Order: sequence, then C-alpha cells, then structure tokens
Amino acid sequence: MPRLTLKGLGKAYGKVKVVDDVDLTLEEGEFVSLLGPSGCGKTTTLRMIAGFVEPTAGSISMNGAVLSSPGAVMPPEKRRMSMIFQSYAIWPNMTVAENVGFGLTLQKLSASEIKARVAKILEVVQMSHLADRYPAELSGGQQQRVALARAIVVQPAVLLLDEPLSNLDANLREEMRFEIRRLHEEFRVTTVYVTHDQSEAMATADRIAVMNGGRIEQVDAPHVIYTRPKTRFVAAFIGRTNLVEGQLDGEEVGLDGFALRLGQLHSVIPGSKRPILLSVRPQSMALHREKPLGRDGYPVLPVTVAQRTYLGESWDYVVRPEDSGLRLRVAAPPLQVHDVGDSVWLEIDPQQIAVVN
Amino acid sequence: MPDIATALPKPAMDAHPPTRLARLRYLEPSNLLWILLVLVLLFLVAVPIGKLLVVSFEKQGSGEFTFANYLTAYGRARYLDALVNSLILGTASALLSAVFAVPMAWAVSRTDVPGKGVIWGMVMGAFIIPPYLGAVGWILLAGPNSGVLNQAWRWVSGAETPIVNVYSFTGLAVVIALHSFPLIFIFVKAALDLISSEMEDAANILGAGTLTATRRVTLPLVWPSILGGIIVVFLETIALFGTPAMIGIPARINVVTTQLWQFFEYPVRVEVAAAYAMPLLLITVGIILAQKLLLARKGYVSQTGKGGERRQIRLGTWRWPVFAYCGFVGALAVVMPVAVLLQASFAKAWGRGLSWSNFTVDNYTYLLFRHEMALTSIWNTLWFSAAAATLAVVIAVLVAYIVARRLVPFGSALGFLAMAPFVIPGIVMAIGFYAAYAAPPLALYGTALIIILAFTARFLPIAFANSAAAMRAVHPEMEEASRILGGGRLLTIRRITAPLIQRSLLGGWLIVFIVASRELSSAVFLVGPRTRTMSVLLYDLSEAGNFEVLSAFGGLLLAITLVFVVIGMKLAGRDFMLRRN
Repeated sequence: MPRLTLKGLGKAYGKVKVVDDVDLTLEEGEFVSLLGPSGCGKTTTLRMIAGFVEPTAGSISMNGAVLSSPGAVMPPEKRRMSMIFQSYAIWPNMTVAENVGFGLTLQKLSASEIKARVAKILEVVQMSHLADRYPAELSGGQQQRVALARAIVVQPAVLLLDEPLSNLDANLREEMRFEIRRLHEEFRVTTVYVTHDQSEAMATADRIAVMNGGRIEQVDAPHVIYTRPKTRFVAAFIGRTNLVEGQLDGEEVGLDGFALRLGQLHSVIPGSKRPILLSVRPQSMALHREKPLGRDGYPVLPVTVAQRTYLGESWDYVVRPEDSGLRLRVAAPPLQVHDVGDSVWLEIDPQQIAVVN
Repeated sequence: MPDIATALPKPAMDAHPPTRLARLRYLEPSNLLWILLVLVLLFLVAVPIGKLLVVSFEKQGSGEFTFANYLTAYGRARYLDALVNSLILGTASALLSAVFAVPMAWAVSRTDVPGKGVIWGMVMGAFIIPPYLGAVGWILLAGPNSGVLNQAWRWVSGAETPIVNVYSFTGLAVVIALHSFPLIFIFVKAALDLISSEMEDAANILGAGTLTATRRVTLPLVWPSILGGIIVVFLETIALFGTPAMIGIPARINVVTTQLWQFFEYPVRVEVAAAYAMPLLLITVGIILAQKLLLARKGYVSQTGKGGERRQIRLGTWRWPVFAYCGFVGALAVVMPVAVLLQASFAKAWGRGLSWSNFTVDNYTYLLFRHEMALTSIWNTLWFSAAAATLAVVIAVLVAYIVARRLVPFGSALGFLAMAPFVIPGIVMAIGFYAAYAAPPLALYGTALIIILAFTARFLPIAFANSAAAMRAVHPEMEEASRILGGGRLLTIRRITAPLIQRSLLGGWLIVFIVASRELSSAVFLVGPRTRTMSVLLYDLSEAGNFEVLSAFGGLLLAITLVFVVIGMKLAGRDFMLRRN
C-alpha cells in the first residue's frame, strides 16, 4: 500500500487555482521532490499535506485513510508527520536539546528515553557538543541541523521539507544537500521535499515532480526528467536546452536547414504529418574544426560561431547552421577554442534528443 | 527504524466524503472565541458610543426623541465660546509643543550635542509626569501673587506687578505644551533616526551648508512625523480635562472639557453633555481619517528605508547653545515644577521658601494616616489600573492572535474594533460609559467595575498595538513546527507562543498600567464616593486649595508612577514607553 496519496488535489482562493488537480503517490520510504518556480503551488501542496491548508478539491490519504478533503481536515498535530521550515523555526526560548526533544515529550515518552534518543540523533547530525546552547548562539548551518534532528527524532510517518536550504550560503547548501540525502539513506523516512533549486532536487530525490502553474507536469527519476523531458516547460526549466521546432513527415523530422531520421531518435512517436518540438541539450552536441567521419547516423552539419561565453568549466557557444535561422547553444570543453565567425562542424547525438509536447 | 505504519493510530476518518460529524470533530474553538470577542468588544466600544449618540437625541426622563439637547448645548454664547477656546488652545499647544520638541529631537538624533542622556531623561520625565501634576507645579511657580517666579521677580526688581501669570490663556497653553511635547519628540526622533546621512551629504556636495541642508532636506523629510505629532497633541489637548480645570476655571477660560464637567454637576444633564461631546468626537475621527488618507497618498519613502550610514553633525561652538535650549525646555517641563512641588510637599507653608523651620513631613503623614480617602484612593488606583491593564492585554492578545494567524474570516473586523477607541477622546468615552451602564439595568454607577471597564476600553488600542507587534515578531512557522510534531493549538500557544511574546506583553501591560494609574479625564466622570482614584482625589484637593497637602499627594503619585516606570525599564528596556507604535 502506498504511504501517501494525493488524488485530484486542488486549492483555489476565489477563482485563482493555486493547486490544480494534483495526483501523486509516494511509496513507503520514498523521497520525492516537488520542483518548480516560485508561485507554482509546490509550497501550498506541501502545506496541504501537513494539514495547515484545507484543500478545495480532491483528497490526501496516508496508509489508505483520508487525512484531508474539502471541509474535513485532520489537524497537523494528529498526522504523525514532521516538517522542516524555510525559517528553520527553531524555538529561541529552548536549548538545542529541548528543541529536539520537544516532539518526544509530546509523545509522553519517559525522560530517560527522550534523553537517549536526543543524544543519539544529535550525534547523527554532529551537534552533540552544542546540546545546551540556545539557538541565537548557532550559525545558520547549525540551526539547520537542529531542525533536521528535531524532525527526524520523532520517527515521522512522513517528513516534509519546505525549501530548507534557501537561507544558507552556497557552500553550506551543497553540504546540507548531501547531509539530507545521507539521513534519508540511514532512516528511510517517506519524504516530500519542496524546492525551486533543480540541483537540490537532483541530488536528494528518488523522483522529481516538476510543477508549473499549480499542476504537476512530469514525475520521474532525476535522470529521466533531465534526458526525457515530456513537456516544453520541463525541458526548459531543468538544465539548459535548445527547443527546436520541426516537422514530422513520414520517416523524417524536418528542421530549419537540416533533417533527422525518425529511427535515430530515442523516442518513439506516432508518424502522422504534424509539427513537433524537440529538446536538444547543449551537452548532446559537439563542435569540430574538421568534418568528423560521422558516427553511425549522427547528423553533421556546417555551422558558424555566432557568440561565445567562457564559463570556466566549459565554453558556451551559440552557433548558426548554414542556410538556417536556427540558433543553437553548444557546450564545449575549455580547451576547444573557436572564435566568433569561425566555420566549424556540428555533430549531434540524436539519442539524446527528446520530443516534448 | 521501526515500521511506523503499525505504530500509527487508527485512521481518524474513513475514506468516504466527510459527514457533518466529521466536520464538527475538527472544528476549532477559535470560532467560538471569535464570537465571544466580538461581544466583548461591542460591549466595551460600540455600545457606549452608540448609547452616547442615542442619548443625545433623547429627552431626559422620558426618552422621547428630541433635538432639544443640541439646542441647549449650542444655544448659549458661553458654550460656543468654549468650543472655540478648545480649538485655539489645541492649536496653540500643538504648535508650541513642536517648537519645544523638534529642535530637541534633531539635536539628539543628528548632532553631537553634549548630555544626550540628560536630555533624554528630561523628555522621559516630562512624559511620565501626569499633566495635571505639572499644572500644580506651575500654579506654585507662576501664580500671580505668591508664585515662586513672581516673588523672585518682585524681590529682584522691586516691581509690584507679577511677571508671569499662569492663570491666563498663554499660561494654560504653555503648561499643556510642556507636557505634550514628548509625543512630537518621539515621532520626530524616530523619523530622523531613519534618515541616512547620505541625504544630507547629497545636499552638501551641491553646495548647501549644514543649516541649509537641515532646513531644505532633513526637516522636509520628517515633515509627516512633525505633522502627525502636532495632530496628536492637538487632539490630546482638546480632550484634556485636568490642566484646563485647574488653571482654566480659576482664570475663567472655559473649554469643551470643563464645560462637559459642568453639565455633570448636579443636576446631571447627560443628554446635553452627549450632544455637546459630538464635536469632540467628530473632530477626532475626522482628523485621524484625513491624516490616514493624506499619508497613504504621499510616498515619503526614506522614512521607512534604513540603508546608509548615519553620522552626527558636528555642532562646534553651537554645541552649548543647543544644549542650553534643550536644558531650558527640560527645566520648564520637569526640573522646576517637580522641585517646587517637592518643596511645597515638605513645607509647613510653601510660600515661606526653603528653611529648616519650614520643613515638615506632616503633609505626608496626614495623607497616609489621617486622611479618610488618600490610602483608599491609592489602593483603588493600583487595583483598577492592574485589572484594566490585565483585561486590556488579555483581550488584545487574543484579538492580535486571531488577526495575525487569520483564524477566522473577517478577523480584521476585530482588530478594527480593538483600535477604534484610539479615535474616541477619553472624556467622550467616559460619558458614553456613563450613559450606557451607569443607570439600570446594569446600574454600575459608583462601582469599581465601570471604571475598570472604561479604562480597559480606553487603553485597548495601546495594548492591541503592542500585542500585534509582538505577534508579528513570532514567525507562524514557530507555531507550525510545534503543531506538526503533535502539539495542539492550545498546547502550542502555551509552550511556544506565550514564552516568546511574554516580555513584550509585560511591557504593554506596564504601559497600560502606568497611563491608567494617572488617568483623570475619564475617571472624573465615573468615580463614586468610594471609588475615587488618586488622580481624582488630587483634583479634589486642588479645588480645596491646600497646596502643601496637594503637593504631598502629587509626590506620592509621582513616586508610585516612578516605581513602575523603573520596573518597566528593567524588564522591557529603557525606552519601553517611548517607542513609537
């Protein structure tokens, strides 16, 4: 039985639909990230799961029992979930140990057991030495660890995270990202993680649900989301890509200036004559000074370098195929230097091209 | 980790559409509380003001509809003169207050004037001394015959006529301004504190000197605050009872509040008083609304910005003249009246000056051990004020919680009701309470309850502004973190919210307690023979004319106020009373 199920979930304020017909199922122990731009409804969805917001449509159920539906919401304190907040919400009037132990005291555990479990979890998040400090004396990263410990120590049925890293600086954010994943490996708590940062979602989640305009556009494993985006929004939001319009005609996909054979593409698409949209990642193309021999079926075409930016880890070239209005972004290693105006050869890996809706 | 699914409680609901029962199960008590609070606020705010309106159109005794009260209230030149006097007095006092306050605020906030601590202390002193006590001090200083200043003048110059006379329109305006200027000081200093020095630097670099930059850039930027302060002082002045009663009545200067008092002399004509109070109410409501609309339109952005460093202007040789001005105002407002008051309180006859033969503590022992009402009034003041402060803070924090957490639809209506007394002059509120609750069926006249309730209603806005600020400082996620871990709403309030806001609530409680303990204008209409407060007894004593005993009682009042101010400063920070809400 799935741990958590959202069915047709919706939230509207007046006529504005903030969350619209969201379906999502989490298996026991699964880590799913809700990813999307600000205002896409991901936080509202999370707060509905927590019970802070009442849905206006659909339902949320855990282990088969309905927790939320319009007009009947089980209050948050009865859900046996825990949550990590954007502001951490560490209570400044309690020490680290009191903060972490709060949920256990509410469960009316014995003092000795609370003490033992708090000590253990503080060790896990490497905060044992600060147990008697007050939050005002802690750095942002340390407060984050307290929040993690406080949420995990109660052994929640579901763990919810609301943009937990957005207030940390870049280095710490990367560190905490792995920390969150490590804790998940260790405790296997069913987790919903809301973020607008795709690298956070990629690094932590088993599956990513990309949200846009209140709806879920695609739910898949991180590498599938990246390599096989199903919609234009997902392709453009995750990583960088070239969205190229083409014309499907029999066995060929005609593009502006060149064509691809349908059989070369990874995606299988039904073949009636119609316009389609392709997502071509900058990393799926290569530039060559001499015309390459051409690996089996890799399209090769002459292009002119129109623009270039050096990004440190790579070059970002914009190239223009001859006799074409297209502009393509291509990523190249740092040592591959071409000047603007150079004529070079572009090689495309058709397997990495995704057909999007 | 153990399998949690087995440890989970039985599903609270079955997976079918929610029934009415299921809805009830999760109904929060906040809706009931909301209804209760609406009733309480209606009782405290809406009913007295509504009753005031109704009564103003009722015939005394029969309750028939009539316009006669209005005809009586505005039918005599003496009554109309009082209205005009109030407006002129309010304007004069407000402008004078600005003259006192703005240079001081500028000096303390922007310059390197010496003795800022002393200046601050004097402003604080002027703020906590009840205005009517300052009036007593100034009667002793500038009474035309035996006033200390006039005696000194006669002794120095040999002249026959007094140099200053407190029993005049000017005297009245100055004495009021000397106790109102701290309000403008607080407003203007708060605004000046937010202006970056870069604003002045920008003017300097274009060739403006310090004086020009201050006059053309700095002051215009804080103009809304100056105007706001002037308006508040104006409204406070036209609603003020104590000082006009003590100085104005002997000087035969009649103002609205003293005229209202006369309508309450036997036989009480509450209907006429209600009609006569309407201009006071309408002016206050009108001006505050107009101010809100005006300030909403104009965008004085730099008032709220905080960027940029702030440097003090170096006054150079002007340091001491500027300090002298501040010291002069402080001496007039605090040092001189308090000194003469204390001297008189320890004197056998205050006119005989400082000498050992004139020294006595008999005035104090008389009040404490032999006077029939003094101790009772002290006790009354303490417990009325404590009860009102507690009630006001409890109501305010509940309303603030409901409004801040959006627990109910239309929660902001509660906030509006809680803030409404802000636009109702205390004296009008008191007449409203008298009209609504003094007579049967409640028959609260002469009880402690009516005073406590009136104080609660009158100072509810202070408590509410304080509580709302405290609630805003607590991030909602602080509470949500507790709830998701299994804490119910009430447990969360008890364990998380209450500890986080208790300090600021205590500060709010003390402010209400202090202002209630010195409140005169609403108390004087509601006290009975056994429920006199210190402020009312002080007014009674001033009518009796025994200045030594009066001064001693003023000293007691001041001492009690000081004790609580010091407690407040210890608990809630040095400037807990001077913060701008």
